[in-house]
Amino acid sequence: MNLSYILLIPLIPLAVFLLLGFLNKKIKPAVSGYIGVLGLSASSLLSFYAAYQYFFVHGKVAGVFQTFVEKTVWLNFTETLHIDMGILIDPISVMMLVVVSTVSLMVHIYSRGYMKGDDGYTRFFAYLSLFSFSMYGLVLATNLFQIYIFWELVGVSSYLLIGFYYTKTSAIAAAKKAFIVTRFADMGFLIGILIIGYYAGTFDFETLNNPEGSVILNWASTSFMGLSVITWALILMFVGGAGKSAMFPLHIWLPDAMEGPTPVSALIHAATMVVAGVYLVARLFPMYYFVEDGFVLNIVAYVGAFSCVFAAIIAITQNDIKRVLAFSTMSQIGYMMLALGVSSYDGHEGVGYMASMFHLFTHAMFKALLFLGAGSVIHAVHSNYLKDMGGLRKYMPITNITFLIAALAIAGVPPFAGFWSKDEILVAAFEQNKLIYFVGLFVAGLTAFYIFRIYFGIFWGKDKKYEHAPKESPLSMTIPLIVLAIMSIVGGFIPFSEFITADRSGFEAHLNYPLAAAAVSVGLIGIILAWVFYKKENDLAVRFSNAFGIFYKWTFRKFYFDEVYMFVTKKIIFKRVSAPIAFFDKKYVDGTMEGIGNKTVMISEKIKGMQSGRFQDYAFSFIAGTVVIALVFIYMWN
Amino acid sequence: MSLNSFLLMRHEILLLAITLLLIVGEIFIPKHKKGSIVHLALFLFGIHTVVGFLAIEESSLFGGMFQTNNLIHFFKNTLNIGVLVLLLQSADWIQEKIVQKNKGTEFFILLFSSLLGMYFMISAGDFLMFYIGLELATLPVAALVAYETSKRISSEAGIKFILSAGFASGVALFGISLLYATTGSIYFNEVMEVITSNNLTILAFILFFTGLSFKISLVPFHFWTADVYEGAPISVASYLSVISKGAAAFILMILLFTVLKPLMHVWENIIYVVAIATMTIGNLFALRQKNMKRFLAYSSIAQAGFILLGLIAGTQLGAATVVYFILIYIFSNLAAFGVVQAISLKTGKENMDDYNGLYRTNPKLSLVMMLALFSLAGIPPVAGFFGKFFLFTAAASQGYYFLVFIAVVNATISLYYYLLVIRAMFIRNSDDPIPYFKNKIYMRLGLLITAIGILVLGLYSPLYDYIYELSSIFS
Repeated sequence: MNLSYILLIPLIPLAVFLLLGFLNKKIKPAVSGYIGVLGLSASSLLSFYAAYQYFFVHGKVAGVFQTFVEKTVWLNFTETLHIDMGILIDPISVMMLVVVSTVSLMVHIYSRGYMKGDDGYTRFFAYLSLFSFSMYGLVLATNLFQIYIFWELVGVSSYLLIGFYYTKTSAIAAAKKAFIVTRFADMGFLIGILIIGYYAGTFDFETLNNPEGSVILNWASTSFMGLSVITWALILMFVGGAGKSAMFPLHIWLPDAMEGPTPVSALIHAATMVVAGVYLVARLFPMYYFVEDGFVLNIVAYVGAFSCVFAAIIAITQNDIKRVLAFSTMSQIGYMMLALGVSSYDGHEGVGYMASMFHLFTHAMFKALLFLGAGSVIHAVHSNYLKDMGGLRKYMPITNITFLIAALAIAGVPPFAGFWSKDEILVAAFEQNKLIYFVGLFVAGLTAFYIFRIYFGIFWGKDKKYEHAPKESPLSMTIPLIVLAIMSIVGGFIPFSEFITADRSGFEAHLNYPLAAAAVSVGLIGIILAWVFYKKENDLAVRFSNAFGIFYKWTFRKFYFDEVYMFVTKKIIFKRVSAPIAFFDKKYVDGTMEGIGNKTVMISEKIKGMQSGRFQDYAFSFIAGTVVIALVFIYMWN
Repeated sequence: MSLNSFLLMRHEILLLAITLLLIVGEIFIPKHKKGSIVHLALFLFGIHTVVGFLAIEESSLFGGMFQTNNLIHFFKNTLNIGVLVLLLQSADWIQEKIVQKNKGTEFFILLFSSLLGMYFMISAGDFLMFYIGLELATLPVAALVAYETSKRISSEAGIKFILSAGFASGVALFGISLLYATTGSIYFNEVMEVITSNNLTILAFILFFTGLSFKISLVPFHFWTADVYEGAPISVASYLSVISKGAAAFILMILLFTVLKPLMHVWENIIYVVAIATMTIGNLFALRQKNMKRFLAYSSIAQAGFILLGLIAGTQLGAATVVYFILIYIFSNLAAFGVVQAISLKTGKENMDDYNGLYRTNPKLSLVMMLALFSLAGIPPVAGFFGKFFLFTAAASQGYYFLVFIAVVNATISLYYYLLVIRAMFIRNSDDPIPYFKNKIYMRLGLLITAIGILVLGLYSPLYDYIYELSSIFS
């Protein structure tokens, strides 16, 4: 398979970023929007072409999907340990190319309408391009170090975009929070990578993942505190992934990240960057599965399941629609993680892996649609809060219909996309771990409830009197909504199990009717409850929340997690640990250093006299130097 | 001898031809158009630089007096690029200050003669050729140092330089004659076979070494450096600190790694001591400098100390890291000198305090200066970091941990004074900052090339691999 054109997929957005970044103010906003969209269209076309070539023409040899790699050595350490730069083409990277391209392109088009008239219009498109470049690079990485470099680059782009409105204090705070929390997690990732480099002697995905390779066969050779060092590395790398994917307890940055412009939330904090953690585990799946008999996968499964239910409960009580969607994202990523966690490797046993990737794909479509729909609503009413909305279906028909489609998809109502992928996840969980299955089933109900709560709250409910009647958004915003809506309908019919499986050979997936029926009925119950509570304006919801009292309050305050973090950082770390260390540092460490510095300056002041400016002195020191060296080395050293 | 074997001397012959062409050009260019000699010289030297990259075979001429191989060839090309950048950066100065005095062509002739001397010096196959090259490389520079004859300080610098240079080559020549006395030959390959370690050869080596140390300005043979740099025109100071020092360090490496390899147990100790002295003294002096030219002079002394770290390794790795470091050093130092040159030409200001608030008025120049200083200080991810890092690796691989420790301490001290300049440019305010000005195209091109070099050289790793491969002659 010819890979050279795939290199262009990340390079075009990079070129666009450099162009827009350098021209910034010299370029008309309208033109920069066109350049951004055009660049990404080119990348998208190439991605779709690559996907077609891979899945239907070149990819499958003897019934197994192959891996194609093209790379150059960038930094050499030893024979086997080197850092490469290159591109890796296999089923999941190609699928991610499609996901990133589709969503990113839609978001680019949408932003032309949404960001219209904004001061930083060009800057916005430059950052979007930077993000697209980094995300493509992450997806195509051939080794751990390359993925880490791009991992940090998407972190930077995310930071820049969350803090896009840099005059807003809350946006700056949110950007910093996101960056610091994910950086903290990335430290784990980096240590994991270094452990792998040291003990496995390679960063290369192909070598690491080979089930017959030495890394997987010899994982038990060195152990540390009862676990193999490779296991430790995998745990640490999962910490990095959990940070990026907002898994409990590293999730606190995601809700705040909603301070960024809504298209950004759709692209980065719903569809692409936040699933990087899932992608990382999937990328290293053979290692996770074989090393220590899948010990780390259990952790992945439970962390995923817990985040899934935890976030869904919080989502029920939030009043800022973007925050509801943020927690919903966290919950859905929890689904993907738990699916990976319960998956096996061979054939149909690997249904969890397939389901996770399937859900990643469908979720990207419908969650991006939800965010863009929410953006469309926010654009119209200039508020994020449910209390300022209601009855909007009359004013915004397209947004209404597309949002409904996305809501049905995430609620798992057949035949919309979310139903198919969630069903596969539940099947996988049911076969492996009943506890996790029931958690998943319960969350399916919660999901349906919270999403229809905001749906009814926005588009039905009370007939609000608006000062300015809200208008349907312009075409540039509604077209992406329609495209994504279509994807949310047909996305579920893609036979994923034939393309993307853990062992690459494909199997036929069948609907498990009893399980599907259970999931759908739980979902419908959720929808009906939401309908009863929120379809018409009534005080049922208020009475309910009052009845639950303290529990409602806990949930509303997101289980006080931010407060706990604040307490730990401010009261314990800053006061009890940092302050004494800072004192010691100022007084003794700095004191010593300053002493040394002052002495150095003093010496340099003293010897300054040697440089007299008189040539006689210079000649003397020249000869004296020669003679001294000669004497020392001939008579004393010899 | 066929025409083909003359092609081995392509660099030398072409440069000589260019020099002669310029002399002829001086005669034919009408008086009111004297400035165009700059364009002609740049154009010709540009062609020379490009042609230099054509591959060459490894061989020798004149019974072994002249030799060349891919590493030498690579290094000559490196020098060419350095000189080209230097010419780009000095073009405006020559046009504005030198041409009216009718001395434009001479500048190029002297500079190219000196470069020609360096070619011969690094291609030398015997000590005689080496000595002739050394002298040819040095004498024209003395004239260049005193080029601004109207300035007293410039003449003083010229005198100091020629006296020091005379001293140094006298001592080196004495060393060479002692070597001839002990080995009976001046050919490198013959000397290498018969040389043994005894008191006379060690004395010969020490004398020879101190002679070369002058050119690299190692401590305690460095005193001329600051005075000369301060007095000389900036282009010439830049040439001395970059091209001249680079070439001398390179030939020193070749000699140490081949001819003088049998004396390694002696010279590794000498270099050990000199390296520590050079790094430390250079840094201590640099701390207090207020004049940018003196500042860069001492900083380049300290940098020379770092080069010795690669020499002391005495291996293929050592050779590769030295060449790589010199290459990066050329770009970084040229960038720093280029900025100083640009500012001095427009405003005549050369002190560190004059740079206060430069970022606000001239952000691009400040950024180039920042890149250059970061690279000299060795801050990742710019090239200088990799250069230093590899040098430290080379020394550590031979077990010189204490030396590497001293080097790291010195790198930290150097960070302090490099950051002083950065602080002046970016943080300090000034009531009277250097006003905004726009450089001419040559200067901008010269600075751009160095900036790109600083950014790319460190990250483009095949380059290092390539140098490592070329250095296999020392394995």
